[in-house]
Amino acid sequence: MTNAIEQKNLKVIVFQLADKEYAIPVSHVKGIEKLMHITRVPKTMRYVKGVINLRGVVTPVIDLRERFDLPISGNEETTRIIIITLETMDVGFVVDSANDVLDIDAESIEQQPEVVGSLEEEFIAGVAKLENRLLILLHLDKVLNPLD
Amino acid sequence: MEVNQYLEMFIEESKEHLQACSEHLLELEKNPEDLAIVGEIFRSAHTLKGMSATMGFEDLADLTHKMENVLDAIRNEKIKVTPEILDVVFESVDHLEEMVYDIADGGNGKRNVQETVEKLKSIESGEPVAAAKAPTAPVAETPITSNANLKLKYDDFEKTVILQSSEQDFNAYEITITLREDCLLKAARVFMLFEILEKNGDVIKSLPTVDKLEEEQFDSEFHVAYISNEPAEDLQKMLMKVSEVDHVEVNEINQDVFKTSATSVTEEIAAAVQEVAATTEVAPTAPTTAPAEPKAATSTNGNKSSGGHTTSKTIRVNIERLDILMNLFEELAIDRGRLLSIAADVNHSELNETVERMSRTMGDLQNIVLTMRMVQVETVFNRFPKMVRQLSRDLNKKITLNIVGAETELDRTVIDEIGDPLVHLIRNSVDHGIESPEVRRAKGKPEEGTVELRAYHSGNYVFIEIEDDGAGINRDRVLQKAISKGVVTHEQSLSMTDKQINELILASGFSTADVISDVSGRGVGLDVVKSTIESLGGNISIDSTQDVGSVFSIQLPLTLSIISVMLVEIEREIYAIPLSSIIETSIIRNSDILNAHNQKVIDFRGKVVPLVFLEEIFEVPRQEQKDDGFHSVVIVRKGDKLAGLVVDSFIGQQEIVLKSLGNYLTNIFAISGATILGNGKVALIVDCNALMK
Repeated sequence: MTNAIEQKNLKVIVFQLADKEYAIPVSHVKGIEKLMHITRVPKTMRYVKGVINLRGVVTPVIDLRERFDLPISGNEETTRIIIITLETMDVGFVVDSANDVLDIDAESIEQQPEVVGSLEEEFIAGVAKLENRLLILLHLDKVLNPLD
Repeated sequence: MEVNQYLEMFIEESKEHLQACSEHLLELEKNPEDLAIVGEIFRSAHTLKGMSATMGFEDLADLTHKMENVLDAIRNEKIKVTPEILDVVFESVDHLEEMVYDIADGGNGKRNVQETVEKLKSIESGEPVAAAKAPTAPVAETPITSNANLKLKYDDFEKTVILQSSEQDFNAYEITITLREDCLLKAARVFMLFEILEKNGDVIKSLPTVDKLEEEQFDSEFHVAYISNEPAEDLQKMLMKVSEVDHVEVNEINQDVFKTSATSVTEEIAAAVQEVAATTEVAPTAPTTAPAEPKAATSTNGNKSSGGHTTSKTIRVNIERLDILMNLFEELAIDRGRLLSIAADVNHSELNETVERMSRTMGDLQNIVLTMRMVQVETVFNRFPKMVRQLSRDLNKKITLNIVGAETELDRTVIDEIGDPLVHLIRNSVDHGIESPEVRRAKGKPEEGTVELRAYHSGNYVFIEIEDDGAGINRDRVLQKAISKGVVTHEQSLSMTDKQINELILASGFSTADVISDVSGRGVGLDVVKSTIESLGGNISIDSTQDVGSVFSIQLPLTLSIISVMLVEIEREIYAIPLSSIIETSIIRNSDILNAHNQKVIDFRGKVVPLVFLEEIFEVPRQEQKDDGFHSVVIVRKGDKLAGLVVDSFIGQQEIVLKSLGNYLTNIFAISGATILGNGKVALIVDCNALMK
């Protein structure tokens, strides 16, 4: 399910992180929220920003920049929390901005080029080239599971 | 068939029916003559049988069927209710319960119940209980291997009818009809066969009973007792005309068998029948009621609707949906707060009025939403009468169980957890508390012991108490044992109150198997009871007077989803500390803090209490160090250990709705959950137990 490459035609939510564009299959997205108050949870993974009140449900939030070891940025007007759902887990991703829904042709998805050398690549299920845009498809399982 | 879809409903309903069976059986034991109760049990069993057959749980259906036969015999006054018979029926219900639980756990509901089935069969066929008392000749299911002449058994009434009919030159037959194995519409064939029979005479009885035949609850063979003036041969031919009938056997009932009184042990069936016949009086009303059964066969639907259950005015709701409702409601409550403040700002009278009215409605709504999860404690209590009955029979004791306050309501989550501890405590009272009748007599007590199970509300708590008038706890022996087990030291024991000593039996390490018989029996696994109750945020205490009795008192929070907490602030973060762990709050000076082995401690009423700086534990980021020379401390306890949690300030006490952190964040150190505050922000709940070793 999470392996986006297997699907033929894929609807994805596109979001921005640093200078790159990432994509998550829309089937895993529950909603996109504006930034709200996040309650810090002590003694947990560094990239777990805390928990939010998502319409009465306490939902943990992960800062994707921190997860991918990207430089931390301040909160902007465009910052969004994408609520994704995987199996029985609901988790929010803090991203720089999220504003696009696209259909990707499965054929345009390629394996991650192996030369790219960053921690990030672990989380990447593939890349899709659309005209002049390069979308990075995330491997949600890996993003959510701690590396160690 | 889509079985899974109905499985949950099946399990719930089965449990309900079995519960109803147990309750009515207990009632029946008290009023063995009241056949209306048997009817109730029969109905529950019957529904259960139908349901389990539909769901494909053959074993379950089969055992229920056997039990039903016995009940049917009781209902038709062929067997008298005796404690022995009830034992077997209770045993069946126990088995059925096990089967249902097995199914609920994902099993297939299979279970070896051969012994019980044999017992049921022998009751049904009148041995040993009925064999001794001839007039209670029961209905028998046909023994397949038996070649006995009579396949059916008759009660006094039916015998009278048969005898009478012969006086009027009618013949009495026993007809065995076998349908073809591949018969498609068994009920329709039965109907046609009965129609033929009714045209030519009267059906006295059938095996299985007519309503079971209607529901196709038989293999391929059934038996009918029949009175007619047609010769056997003609009858046989007429019946064979119905298609899909494999075989028809018409045997004349030898009425001499009814009249003579020769008794043979090997043929109890005949023997029972004969004796009855000997004492039979002629009942003139017989023929008018005899055809009642066949008539029922023709009015399939009308019969069922009239005998239906009284439906209760409740519906089943998935608890998850209630949680969703609760979440949505909280959202609404937060918006209400905002609306109220907006309305105050705008100061528009109509707006104010509307918001106020909405606010009031919300208050009512809140009440309803919160009480929707409440379940009467009866759902747990109602299994105990049966249990106590069984235990007292097993132990040869006389015990009455009184239940008070079964209507007291508790949150569903608490209800689910409290059952096992209660079973333990009641067993304990029955087994070790109440003395045997002889001992009780010697002590000058009534032979019959009493166990009372009470539930009541008090404040934000529900109390459940188990009181017995038994032997009580032997203080000295408990102490001896506790000291020898190393649970307490001799010095400690000197300053202990009786109550504290009683409660030693709840201590872990106290209860080992060999203690049971030793120390007045009390103590097996009670530490588990204690820990379960404490995990529910409850509390258990024991009062006991030797030779007078004991009271086990359990205090439980009304609900687990709403708890009282103390909100505290550290820097700008708000944490909730459950009130159940808090002893008190206090403000201490810097100078009050002492150092002991790198551990900061305070002297709290003569006790050395370690300090826990929550700011350090929770790594709260500080903008600037503040030190005004005072600290706010919340004194919390875990068992008899104390600790002082140092915070910046107290906000106050509040009722909060407990929330989990979800499946992603599990096992966060010292955080047991979260809640949503009035301002919509999330606050974390401190797990005090994790802070104390």
